[in-house]
Formats: sequence, C-alpha cells, structure tokens
Amino acid sequence: MAKLKELAAQEEKFTGGHRGCAGCGASIIARQVLMAAENPVVVGASTGCLEVFSTIYPYTAWNVPYIHNAFENVAATMAGVETAYKALKKKGKIKKDLRFIAFGGDGGTYDIGIQALSGMIERRHRVLYVCYNNEAYMNTGIQRSSATPRGAHTTTSPAGKVIPGKMQLRKNFTEIIIAHEPAYAAQATFGFWNDLVTKVRKALDADGPSFINVYAPCRLGWAYAPEKTVKVSKMSVETCIWPLYEYQDRKYRITVKPKEKKPITEFLKMQGRFGHLFKWKDDVPIKEYQAEVDAIWERLLKRSETE
Amino acid sequence: MIVARTGNEAMAEAMRQINPDVVAAYPITPATEIVQLFSKFVHDGIVDTEFVPVESEHSACSACCGASAAGARVMTSTSSQGLALMHEILFIAAGLRLPIVICLVNRSLSSPINIHCDHSDTLASRDAGWLQIYTENVQEAYDTTIQLIKIAEQALLPGIVSTDAFIISHGMERVELIDDKDVPKFLGERKVQYSLLDVDNPITIGCLDLQDYFFEHKRSEIDAMDHVLPIIEKVQKEFGDKFGRYYSTVDEYKMDDAEIAIMAMGSTGGTAKVAVERMREKGKKVGLVRCRVYRPFPEKAMLKALTKVKVLGIMDRSDTLSALGGHLYNDARSILYESDTRPLIKNYIYGLGGRDISIEEIEKIYEELFDIQKSGKVDKNIVYFGVRGE
Ligand SMILES: Cc1ncc(C[n+]2csc(CCOP(=O)(O)OP(=O)(O)O)c2C)c(N)n1
Ligand code: SF4
Ligand SMILES: [Mg+2]
Repeated sequence: MAKLKELAAQEEKFTGGHRGCAGCGASIIARQVLMAAENPVVVGASTGCLEVFSTIYPYTAWNVPYIHNAFENVAATMAGVETAYKALKKKGKIKKDLRFIAFGGDGGTYDIGIQALSGMIERRHRVLYVCYNNEAYMNTGIQRSSATPRGAHTTTSPAGKVIPGKMQLRKNFTEIIIAHEPAYAAQATFGFWNDLVTKVRKALDADGPSFINVYAPCRLGWAYAPEKTVKVSKMSVETCIWPLYEYQDRKYRITVKPKEKKPITEFLKMQGRFGHLFKWKDDVPIKEYQAEVDAIWERLLKRSETE
Repeated sequence: MIVARTGNEAMAEAMRQINPDVVAAYPITPATEIVQLFSKFVHDGIVDTEFVPVESEHSACSACCGASAAGARVMTSTSSQGLALMHEILFIAAGLRLPIVICLVNRSLSSPINIHCDHSDTLASRDAGWLQIYTENVQEAYDTTIQLIKIAEQALLPGIVSTDAFIISHGMERVELIDDKDVPKFLGERKVQYSLLDVDNPITIGCLDLQDYFFEHKRSEIDAMDHVLPIIEKVQKEFGDKFGRYYSTVDEYKMDDAEIAIMAMGSTGGTAKVAVERMREKGKKVGLVRCRVYRPFPEKAMLKALTKVKVLGIMDRSDTLSALGGHLYNDARSILYESDTRPLIKNYIYGLGGRDISIEEIEKIYEELFDIQKSGKVDKNIVYFGVRGE
C-alpha cells in the first residue's frame, strides 16, 4: 500500500504546465506512474497525445530522462536503451540501479506497435510498458483503433445514419500480452490510484518485461466535461468494462472487485461518444458490448478462482 | 595477419574487433552471414557486446537509436528490404545525431524480388542524412568498417558502409587484418556529451519541434553533413599512417593523363581498373574515378579528378526512376554545371538485379567514349547497358 502523503511529498517527475487538455487522463497516468517508481527511471514515449503535449520544444514536462523516437517503436527503442544499460553496467560505466518505462497510446500499442512490443517481451527486456488506453487515436483527431469499443463514435467510425459507430468489439490486448508470459501484467486506471501505484511497483520489481494497460479517459474524444475524468475512470471499473486485475507467476488475481456490477449503460451515458446508441433504432450495439463485458468478466472470475 | 575472407566474414571480423556495446540486427540475404557470425562471437564469449536479435529491421534501427542515445557504441547490419523497412527510423537516427554504423550489403529492391547486387537500396535512402561509403573489395570493406565508427562518432552522424551483394559479400579475397588490440586503440572509447542514462542530468530527446525551431535544428544537421568531409579525410589519413593502407573520398585510377574516364561505385571499380590496364596496353589513355564516399558527395575531390577529362561515362548500378537516369549521373552533372572544363557525359545504367558486368564490356564502353570524343557529341545521354531489347 502506497501512502498518499509520501507520494505527494515527492519531487514532481512529470510536471504541470504541459499542453494536455484539462482533465486529461493520460497526464494523470504519467504522473502517477512516475510517482510510484522508487528507483531512478528512464522513460520513452510513442508518438501520440502524451508525447505531443508534454514535449513541445523548448519545453518539457519530464524531469526524468526521456526519449521519443516514432509512433510504432517505443518498445524497440526502450529495449535498446535497456540493452545499452546492461552493456555499460557490465563494463562498470554505470553504477546506479535504473528502471525503464515505455509509454504508448492504444494506437501505438494495440495496432501499429504490437510487433515491437511482442518482440520486446519475448526477448525479456526488463522494461515496464504502460499503455495509456484512451481507446482511439486522439492525437490525430479521434480515429478508431482496435481498442475502440463496440458502438463508439470516432471520426473514422462515425455515428452515421446506417452504421452506429464502431461495428467491431475491442481487442483483448492484455490477454495477448499475458500469452507472452511476461514477468508481470495488469490492468489499472487512475481512479483507483493506490491500485495503480501498487501495480507499477510490482511491475518495476519484477525481473523481466512487464505490461500495464491503464484505462485513460479522454475528455475530448470521449466527450464529457473535464472534471468528470476520475468519475469516468471509476465507473469503468464498477461496470466491469475495465476489470482491475493482475497476472504474475501464471496466476490471475482480481485486485478490485466492484461491490455491485453495474450495467454498462451507467458508463456509456456519461459520454458523448455513446450518445447516439441511446437514440438508435435497436439496442443491438449496447447488447453486444454488454455481452462482451459479461463474458470477459465471468472468465476472469473463473480464472482468478481456479488458477 | 594475412587471411582469406569473404566480404561478410571481413565485416564480421571488423565488428568483432570493434566489440561494440550493442548490436541489434535481423537477418536478410546476402547480409545474414554478418549477423550469424557475430551472434557466434557473442555466444562464444569472444566479444562482450549485448546482442539484440530483434523481430524486424524497423526494430533493429529503433533499438540502435535507443542504445546510441543511451551512450553505447552501436552497430547493425542489413540489406535491401531490411534497409527499406528501416527507412522511417533512418531519418530519426540522423536527426537525433546518433552515430550508428550499418554494415550493409547492396542488393536490389523489390519488385521484382531478387537477391543480387545493385545499389538501389542504399540510394533509396540517400537523403536520410547518413554517411554512405561504397567499397570496392573485401579489404576496403573491412578497413572502412573500422574507420566509419570513428568518423560517425566524431561527426555525430550515422553511417553506412557497403559491399556489393555476392560479388564482394561472398567473394573470398586476401585480407590483411589489423591486430585485435590495435582496433580499440585506434578507435578509443565513444565520448558522449549527453546520455539518456545520466539520471542526475535528465534530458528530453525527440521533442515536438514546430515552426519556431525546426528549421534551425534541421539546418544544424545539414551543417554537420556540410562539414564532415574533413573528418573523413582526417580519419582516412590516421588510418593510413597507422596501418599503411590509405584511402581517399574519390579513388582515382590512372587519371593523371586521362581524357576519357569512367565514374563508378563499388566492386565495378575493381573490374574497371583491369579494363583501364588493358586499354592502356593498347595505348589508350583512359582512367577511372571511383566514388567511394557518396554521402556527402565529395564535390571538390571529384571536380579535381575530372579537370582533364573530355568524355565521361558514368556507370550507375541504379536508376532514379525519374526519366533522368542514375544517381551518380545526376550528382556528377550537378557539380559539373559550373565547371569550365565540363566533359561530354554519357550515363550507362548497368547490372541491375546482379547482372554481371565484364572487363570486355567496360572496354566496349571506353571505346564508345572515344567515338564520342571523335564526333564531339553524345547521341543518347542515358542508356541501359546489357539489357535485352534496348
Ligand atoms: C507511422 C505513422 N503513422 C501515422 C502517424 C500519425 N499518428 C500520430 S499519433 C497517431 C495516433 C496516436 O494514437 P494513440 O497511440 O492511441 O495515442 P493518443 O494520441 O490517443 O494518445 C497517429 C495515427 C505517425 N506519426 N506515424
Ligand atoms: S485529446 Fe484526450 S488524450 Fe489527448 S490531451 Fe486531450 S484529453 Fe488527453
Ligand atoms: Mg489513443
């Protein structure tokens, strides 16, 4: 258990004053993840909102070493950084005990960067990969990704007259990573800050590659008022749209179990991106999304009991 | 030590002696052997390099960037499609001023797919901001690999050293190897001004750089390329003084009294040198200028080599697919535009996809250049030499 007092007393590793939207989930994630790190860290980011709003030259929000290379290659770039660290440490040129964190958006992770991330984990680079998952390509103006949920409006899956938003379900990316048998994997969101901080610490302690998929409400792309960000984050857990769990030593564990599992409509109705679904001629999109959420939750419950 | 080595083996030997901190690489014919041999050095404990067997060349180049930004001495190897897959990241490596070195084997780019030599792969990455040195034989490939580490680190520019697919990469030649202990001595350690691993002095690398700063930063990268030739010349000289083998940016062969000359790159330089000998036995004063350093283009040295030339045949193992002929042809025409002694020029595109070029064929080109001198005009500026239906 992390103590809020201690965390708050730390020097800021990710500062304010950047150009993220008010209420941006991604910026909260960057700050909380870095707060959790107990060793000095070196950070990488993929092209996307976080990278853009935090490093507009000549400014930077990062008080830790940071590198941005391209959109799809933060995992490979940080694999290279971690490898250089190993090489230089072996030669006695580096003394300190460092940790490495890669931040990628869902686009940079689920879609264009999946190959580089898969390679990074298979080769066992000791890097914590944090996907800040805002369920679309926000930086380029809210286009669909394979993380975008069923029914959501994006600019390339618009709520049209005959097609109501995205027709496909989300990719279950965390499970794809778990299939790689990383040293640690988890889902988290900042509404449960202590859960997130604890997971980051576990991940950084694990001797191998780790991955945390952090749900990152985006006030612009999800269309809600900026002050609702934490509420939206919490509701994603209460509806089991974003189950909080971890995977380590071949065991699943649900880390936060909602007292009462709410229907997903409680979550959907908070956001403009789902608004059209409530006016749609049928309830097919919502039903399909609910069925997916239920199935994944049921399976997770079983796995975390039996395994 | 004198040994027999193929181009790939010699490049791998150079890498072994350099003993880089990090190598991240992916196999591709005909460069695969370099990666294989190097992996064996790693697994046999002969080098203490950290080897990253990445899942693609895109990741190879990306990991090299990360490692280089962290202060490591970094190398990789690739060819053709592999370099094309790196393309996006090549520009980033150069823009971030990361002195990565690629041991490359020149192979044609698809399509059609082919594994043999031409220069279309590196020339398609011509404008990426990397130094490019094309070598003629195994010895030069070995020597240049070592030189390029020093050049790249001094200039803070990445570089490619290349051999011709199969002709050199798999051709066995006599090579003089430098003593193992002398290579690190010649190179010294990489001096790093800013490192990602310096957590006490954190830096941000790869900022978003907008209208108010981008141009100045790009200009400074261009400036590095504008000023790297003296560094290359200095390292070539240091290398010659130490190891007895001298190189220049432009390799002139029998150019002192030649009015008829051929310009070429890579292994064709060696073939053309024999053709020059044969022509001279017949009393014909011809010469060769081999463009060794291609990026940056050695304008001054090239103009100097060409001052007496009346007719120049430019042999390109590539085409720009622009209705303007080959790459060398365009560069040479550009530098000769303001020359008072501009020769008549004819472009011979040859050897695409590994089609062989023989000594006799090059002699034929020389004969044709004499005909041009006689008639005083070039009928056709760009010809495709040795292709059916031409
Ligand atoms: C190779 C490449 N393709 C496309 C782009 C354009 N691009 C930049 S960021 C981005 C989307 C980023 O989405 P995500 O990773 O989800 O991050 P977010 O902006 O949502 O935080 C796209 C498509 C690019 N920079 N590089
Ligand atoms: S668009 Fe979304 S992710 Fe991007 S800065 Fe705004 S709130 Fe953050
Ligand atoms: Mg996104």
